[in-house]
Order: sequence, then structure tokens, then C-alpha cells
Amino acid sequence: MELNDEQLERYSRHIILKDLGVEGQIKILESKVLIIGAGGLGAPAALYLSAAGIGTIGIVDFDRVDLSNLQRQIIHSTNDIGRLKVDSAKNKMLAINPDIQVKTYNLLVNSSNIRSIIRDYDFIIDGTDNFAAKFLINDACFLEKKPYSHGGILRFEGQSMTILPGESACYRCIFKTPPPRDAVPTCSQAGVLGAIAGMLGTIQAAEAIKYCTGAGELLVNQLLVFDAKTMNFRKVKLNKNKNCGLCGENPSIVRLMDEDPPVCELKK
Amino acid sequence: MKVTVNGKEQELQSEKISILKLMNQSQVKMPDMVIVQLNGEFVEKKDYEISFLKEGDELEFVYFMGGGGI
Ligand SMILES: [Zn+2]
Repeated sequence: MELNDEQLERYSRHIILKDLGVEGQIKILESKVLIIGAGGLGAPAALYLSAAGIGTIGIVDFDRVDLSNLQRQIIHSTNDIGRLKVDSAKNKMLAINPDIQVKTYNLLVNSSNIRSIIRDYDFIIDGTDNFAAKFLINDACFLEKKPYSHGGILRFEGQSMTILPGESACYRCIFKTPPPRDAVPTCSQAGVLGAIAGMLGTIQAAEAIKYCTGAGELLVNQLLVFDAKTMNFRKVKLNKNKNCGLCGENPSIVRLMDEDPPVCELKK
Repeated sequence: MKVTVNGKEQELQSEKISILKLMNQSQVKMPDMVIVQLNGEFVEKKDYEISFLKEGDELEFVYFMGGGGI
């Protein structure tokens, strides 16, 4: 692959980066990234990955744009209310960068469809809002050996970790199983500062680009946690757990299962 | 006795204090939404009551965070 004049100009600020260069930009253009969830985290991640020129971006979401989404899901506009999120997202992504391919999946991932969807991609971004999906993505990425970025936000706080399946600590190494349903605050009760979604979604996009180009060091075996109230950022060291039910020494999870449907999803 | 909780050093008054007691005393509002790591090792929920802290221990309360989509 060679870059044409327009690409050299469009991506010039990447190309002058010592850690990327033309070679790095070509890797970006040849990469395939899947974003699960076109919401708070997926929206900024999709915009930045499109702008960066990730060659193929898949975006998964079953939902339609709602007025209450617009406080943080910046890929959608007021006149998109009622549209499928994946269609609204695709429009904006191609408007930023017609150089890329966007594949849309208007569905909810579950144990029977997720493996075949992620199989086509190099890196996965978890932009989902519920624990059932987070555990499902973790398990599916492990079984398909796909690296992925975990992200979670609540109120003023966010957390992220990158997982290289089999090599680094996975989501289950830390969290084992979803929390008891009655312990989980619903999205509408807990609330979230919109800008936090942007902070975290862009961290996830940066991890995807780092993975695709090999630049820098990935956020593996550590959970980045931040609190926007104080702007404290910390990395909590978390090693692979030998008792992990998925990637530990005696795994009990060898195939996918669907956890209880999440509370948040029943909102409407 | 000094221990470090989520990166912050804290002075504890009592000499014998379990993880469970510390969770109750500090701002851990939803114990079901927290994973505990003591000096880099995960602690099982059933052991919170019988794991006592000692000088210099490093404790991490790691919260479940689910939001992002909707
Ligand atoms: Zn694991």
C-alpha cells in the first residue's frame, strides 16, 4: 500500500509522529476495529478512529437515538432522534473520513452471534453499558483470541484496561462474575457527566491505534481509574489471576453463555 | 497503624481491623460493587471479615463500572 497525496495531507500530523510515520499510518489504514455500542464511549471512539483512518470500522448497536442520549453521545445530533444509532453513527464517520469503510450491525450481541462478528476484526472496543455485555465481550474475545479495550464510566469516574487474551489479566481475572442485580445502580439513578464518556472513549481509541501500529505500551495488567472531581488518574496494578474462571489454570468457562439481562436495558 | 487505601496513606486508630470493618468505616457505600486487592492479591468476599490489616498494607477497592452505552 502507498499513500496518495490527499492521504499524505490528511494524515500528516500522524505521519510526522516519530512513533507512527508513513508506515504506522499504513498500518492504521489496513486495520479493522469493531466498536460494540454506539453510545457514550462508542461515539467519541468512532469519531476519532474514523478521523485516524482505521480502514474498516464495525459498529454494533441495537438502539435508536433518544433525546436523553445527546448529553454525551456526541456522534448523534438532534435531528437524528429516532434513527438507528448505527446509521446515524455511520453518516458522521463517513462525513469525517470518506476514506474508510463502515460496517453496521443493528443488533444486540449475544452468546450465539458475537463470536462470528468479532472474528473479522483486529481489535475490539467495549463501549457497552451493562455487565452482561461486558462479561460476554471479555469471554468472546478470549475464545476468539481478540485483543480488546474495556471501558466503564459512572458519575464522575471512569476506568479502562486493555486485554490481550491469554497474555494479560482479563476482565474476569478482576471481576469474576457480574455483581448482584439489586446492587447495580441503574443508569438513570446514578447519572454520568457527559464529558467523562469523551475522556474514556478517546482513551479507548488511543489504545486501539497503539495496538494497530505497535506504538507505545498498552494499558495491560493495569486498570486506569480516574475521578474527574479531583482529576486524579491512577493505574491499579492487576495481574492475571490463576484462579480466573476463563483464563486461569483450571478454567470453568469453555463456551459462551448469556448473563441475566441488564437492568439498564429495560429502561424504556 | 498506617495503611494505603487506593493510593492514599491513611492512619488507622485501631490495631486490629478487618477489611470488612475498614469497608464499613470508609466510604465504600456498595460493598457488592467492589473488588478488594490486598498487597496485589485478590481477597475473596468470604475472607473480608477474617483478613486483618497490618502496618504498611496496600489495599485497593476496585469498583465495577458498567455505564457507557445508553
Ligand atoms: Zn482472566
